[in-house]
Amino acid sequence: MNLQESPTWLSSANLQVDSQGRLRHFLSIEGLNQRLVTEILDTAESFAVLPEQSVKKVPLLRGKTIANLFFEASTRTRTTFELAAKRLSADVLTINVPTSSATKGESLLDTLRNLQAMHIDMFVVRHAQSGAAHFIASHVSPHVSVVNGGDGRHAHPTQALLDMFTIRRHKPDFSVLTVAIVGDVMHSRVARSQIHVLNLLGVREIRVIAPRTLLPNHLEDMGVRIFTNPLQGLKDVDVVMMLRLQRERMESAMLPSGLEFFQIYGLTPEKLALAKPDALVMHPGPINRGVEMSSEVADGAQSVILQQVTHGIAVRMAVMSLCLGSHAVERGRLGGEISPLRRRI
Amino acid sequence: MSYIKRIRIRGGRVIDPSQGLDEILDICLADKRVVALGEAPDFQADEVIDATGLVVCPGLVDLRVHLREPGQEHKGTIASETAAAAAGGITTVCVPPDTVPIIDTPAVAELIKVRANQSDKAWVLTLGALTKGLAGEQISEMAALQTAGCVGVSNGLRQINNTLILRRAMEYAATFGLTVFLHPQDPWLSASGCAHEGVISERLGLPGIPVAAETVAVTRALVLAEQDGIRIHFTMLSAARSVEMLAEAQARGLPVTADVAIHQLHLTELDIADFNAQCHVLPPLRSQYDRDILRVACASGVVSAICSDHQPHEPDAKLAPFCETEPGISGLETLLPLGLRLVHNGILDLSTLISRLSWQPSSILGQPYGTLQIGARADVCLFDLERRWTLDAARLISRGHNTPFHGWELKGRVIHTLMEGRRVFDLEDIHQPC
Repeated sequence: MNLQESPTWLSSANLQVDSQGRLRHFLSIEGLNQRLVTEILDTAESFAVLPEQSVKKVPLLRGKTIANLFFEASTRTRTTFELAAKRLSADVLTINVPTSSATKGESLLDTLRNLQAMHIDMFVVRHAQSGAAHFIASHVSPHVSVVNGGDGRHAHPTQALLDMFTIRRHKPDFSVLTVAIVGDVMHSRVARSQIHVLNLLGVREIRVIAPRTLLPNHLEDMGVRIFTNPLQGLKDVDVVMMLRLQRERMESAMLPSGLEFFQIYGLTPEKLALAKPDALVMHPGPINRGVEMSSEVADGAQSVILQQVTHGIAVRMAVMSLCLGSHAVERGRLGGEISPLRRRI
Repeated sequence: MSYIKRIRIRGGRVIDPSQGLDEILDICLADKRVVALGEAPDFQADEVIDATGLVVCPGLVDLRVHLREPGQEHKGTIASETAAAAAGGITTVCVPPDTVPIIDTPAVAELIKVRANQSDKAWVLTLGALTKGLAGEQISEMAALQTAGCVGVSNGLRQINNTLILRRAMEYAATFGLTVFLHPQDPWLSASGCAHEGVISERLGLPGIPVAAETVAVTRALVLAEQDGIRIHFTMLSAARSVEMLAEAQARGLPVTADVAIHQLHLTELDIADFNAQCHVLPPLRSQYDRDILRVACASGVVSAICSDHQPHEPDAKLAPFCETEPGISGLETLLPLGLRLVHNGILDLSTLISRLSWQPSSILGQPYGTLQIGARADVCLFDLERRWTLDAARLISRGHNTPFHGWELKGRVIHTLMEGRRVFDLEDIHQPC
């Protein structure tokens, strides 16, 4: 069963897309269609040129307030969301909840209601529980947008999109690509979103490479081919997407040690040589050097890891502006039927 | 002591599986008992209930009901939840020992008995703790608990990790003829899980509880029960494989029985696909295949009782990301209507359903409820098999309005419930006829 289109029983489809098919929230790749994903990537392309200009900002979200609500530690995602909001001229505040309300016993919903009372237009949420962004999106007032910055093991859709953006810049035709995802798929929200979006964009083959302990039993139903042997799995692939391995997995019954994982699954120049000569090496960061990959590969010519970080800003700008843009159009706030954003594109 | 009326229930379709009865008959109640079935021309009634067009069956017996008192009165009280039971046609509820404090001393069992007598809407039977504090370390004072009224013993949702302690606890319970109620779930395989391990949980990134968490625990208990010749009852089976193992054990003559929760016969893992916390239950909703096999097992009798697993919650308990919500459904008032849905859909016949909801759960407890035999307690449920209605969660009588069945079109509704010949529920009380 290769699920190119998201199943209709997923209500996130209704939750994140409005009646005209525009983004209201951005919660998961499931529920989106290829047209929307391409629209986001194209919009991101128009923002990606900004850093090279003397004025890096556009006034698209001037007067809007965006709150980054991080219930789980993050540096890269939080910073790039913050920069993305600023480059769109929005006012942005970042709240690290583990250090504030949650420790005082305030419920997630109360935290949310309090912030909503401050007239926030968008929440960017990262939370350790799968479904947290859906939960918040189904409880905010109608004019507020929610962007999922990573929820539990469920989804990290902006990461998956910035990965696609990066691949597209190097290899624009997805239909000919074989992509390998290597590592801890079991606990990875990144992998889940990557698999969905790669299927949506119609890649030739998605391979998942991991030991059985890190592989969910029904993963093949998501439209991937499973390899436990990396020497077979990496053969002739166009893109190698490494996943982060959390330290606690190495200290449990999941894996005997980081060292053994590296010896079998870690990406080294020798293993990378099995892939196509121009294969891209990607990683969502932060890298455990000597566990997921060697430094030679991480810093090597085929690595696009730092480009991923840069592209993260443009992709997040696109998601934020499309979400808030659709509200503006719906409520006629910006006057006229075409928002400035849509005019640009 | 108030005067107990002599009641004739006239012209109803009486279905009582305990005596193989399914015919249109009068039932006469006096002195808290069933005194006559059929014409009984000599019976002088103070009151006649016209049951024309209604089904008259024994008051239902629900093997697994959390009343929340003592300890969690913000979720429900014995008074509020037995009123809900009456509205669901249920006259006997059996409560697991995981109250706060735990039912591991006679005092707690007696407290529950006193409160139940005060509200007087349903019989409340208690299961005592199998181990002290449900900690799985020392067996409880089961003889004292039995004297205080406990009809069986259980360790609730808490597992006894040490197999030797489980064996000793089962043997000690058997000494006093107490049925051991087991909720089979391996603690390690299920650790931190909140959904059936399968396509949906993996897609949603929810930590899974594999079928093996249940089958490993079922196997362990069956092996011990067989070796020591002990009668056990599995509560809330959720997996097809468990039912197959149970059928095999029964075929070899082992004295094992089981119940399933009614929601397991209707919902599947697909129902959590939008992170619907109302469908967060333990054991988790499993695959459609599991559900279909559970239905077959209910029809065949391998599973001989259907319970509500009633778990009322305050609204906040369900307002969080899926795994952080509290599991459970407020189920007393939907037990019979959802059972009747199986009848209307041709999955169970009516008398089998009533049997699974009355006589058989009562037999599992070894108690004389769930029957309309002459001399039995006058606990009666009258329902309209055809009446259509839509479930509105806000109108549940239970303090817990947590149900995934909100908005479901149901066919079949309780009209009157009698306990010891007293009306404890009349539909018209809450719904004025227009």
